[in-house]
Amino acid sequence: MQRRKFLKRGSLVTLAAALGTEIVFGKNIIKGYQILGLQDPDPFKLFKKDPQMVVLNDKPWNMEAQAHLLDDKVTPNKFMFIRNNGKIPPNINIANWKIIFDGESIKTKKTYTLEELKSKFKQHTYQLTLECGGNGRSEFDPPAKGNQWTVGAVACAEWTGVRLRDVLEDIGYKQDAVYIGYHAADTHLSGDPGKEPISRGVPMAKALQDETLLAFKMNGEDIPLAHGYPLRLIAGGWPASASGKWLNGISIRNKVHDGTKMTGTAYRVPCETVAPGEKVKDEDMCIIESMPVKSLITYPKSGAVLNNKKNLTIRGHAWAGELQVKSMEYSIDFGSTWQKCTLEVPKNRLAWQHFSAEISFPKKGYYEVWARAMDSNNRKQPMILPGWNPKGYLNNACHRIAVKVS
Amino acid sequence: MDNSDKLKNSFKQIRHLTVVIVVFFMAMATILLYFLIDPNLSSFKSNTKKITPNEYEIISELDEADYDKIENGIHVRTGFIEDDGLMLVVNNCTNCHSAKLVTQNRMSKERWLATIRWMQETQNLWDLGKNEEVIVNYLATNYAPSKKGRRQNLTDIEWYELEE
Repeated sequence: MQRRKFLKRGSLVTLAAALGTEIVFGKNIIKGYQILGLQDPDPFKLFKKDPQMVVLNDKPWNMEAQAHLLDDKVTPNKFMFIRNNGKIPPNINIANWKIIFDGESIKTKKTYTLEELKSKFKQHTYQLTLECGGNGRSEFDPPAKGNQWTVGAVACAEWTGVRLRDVLEDIGYKQDAVYIGYHAADTHLSGDPGKEPISRGVPMAKALQDETLLAFKMNGEDIPLAHGYPLRLIAGGWPASASGKWLNGISIRNKVHDGTKMTGTAYRVPCETVAPGEKVKDEDMCIIESMPVKSLITYPKSGAVLNNKKNLTIRGHAWAGELQVKSMEYSIDFGSTWQKCTLEVPKNRLAWQHFSAEISFPKKGYYEVWARAMDSNNRKQPMILPGWNPKGYLNNACHRIAVKVS
Repeated sequence: MDNSDKLKNSFKQIRHLTVVIVVFFMAMATILLYFLIDPNLSSFKSNTKKITPNEYEIISELDEADYDKIENGIHVRTGFIEDDGLMLVVNNCTNCHSAKLVTQNRMSKERWLATIRWMQETQNLWDLGKNEEVIVNYLATNYAPSKKGRRQNLTDIEWYELEE
């Protein structure tokens, strides 16, 4: 009830802002009455998302794409999944936006404004694959707790920013630095101001890579609000939770960062493989680093019926976390035989790679086209679910689409 | 200047003064009212994206009569299945997070309880007291896991003719 009252008051501010004038006696607006235009908040309009995106959760916001929506080589905002852990920060003022660098292993604490970051350091642009660690969770048996992602919590957008390495070198850090942890402006669902919804990070080696950015642009424009406006850490190829949104702090740690969702079972898998459903102690869970090799068929959409023709062009993307995808193949006979796809080299390291193939079906019938990628260490995607884990991470099983030739 | 002119002048001055005072008070009242509505003067700040938390949260504003309406065995406002303990679940499980986080999950009684404990330890969930058993039973009955095996068939395929 308190929350509803609060929201009512909040909406007056919004209304005043939206109408550019004060609403006299606004406080007396009858309870339950809503001014037209504010009814039925539409998340697709709110976040400029395509209506075919699927909402998994509205508090906090979690939304995923479907495979066929990810056909673009560079994912536009409208098809980019949203995975939020807390509430989107209100009242973002970019003129006052600061990022504070601290932690045990920093030489002296330092603060930069957004403008200083932009003007002081060289800017770089990369296409970087971000995939939610729990993408594919919905397929695990026994089921794993959390948002039930299917295939669409992955995207490869073009990010522009400064290298975290350049900034860390400008500040100066001690030899004992092992990890960086981020802090951000989003707020905890419980409303507790003492709690961070999420504060993850990466080891120094990842932090110092060329492609690890403090980004302020996505696809050439300001980062959309749901994706971390005005500043986001981008660590491509790792669980997207390592790429902190609404970034306002980085701690250089002399130990593995112990912020929210770094400890316990969050974004961790059993260090040794376990049987499905087995209990695993917290101390036997290891932090996920690079994401595994995976691919998606983005054209055609599953369910294609070919009338009086037996040829089909397929295309999609493949990625392999820190590694490169070495080869790509498809099968139309449930894995009995595999044929090569044409595979492009990545635009830059950590960008997904595009594949395509011309399929000729031998006769009429129901088919499934399965796609399988192999990384530079010769690891292939499994056709069945990979190792079960309590939180349902890292499902990189082959993607497939249904096709009927009639 | 005769007396009547003086009187006229005095009236004029009083009238002017009154107008000035009224205008002044009305202006003050307007400013005060504005402060009541927008204490942070957010609509005057430039460079600020005018965002308030409520813009990004869904506010259910159904008529009071329809607020807890049930249709085809589903609690319309939340999507929960109608069963014993429904309102306890609505009232205890949707304050912080969306009902969707519950309804998309499938767990055994033991795991639903473990999830509640985790929320109590880390997410500020309160003690559920004697309601706990009702809530856990509701969840384990209506949101129980089903066997999926190592890979399921493709389901819900929407067939369409592919034109090339």
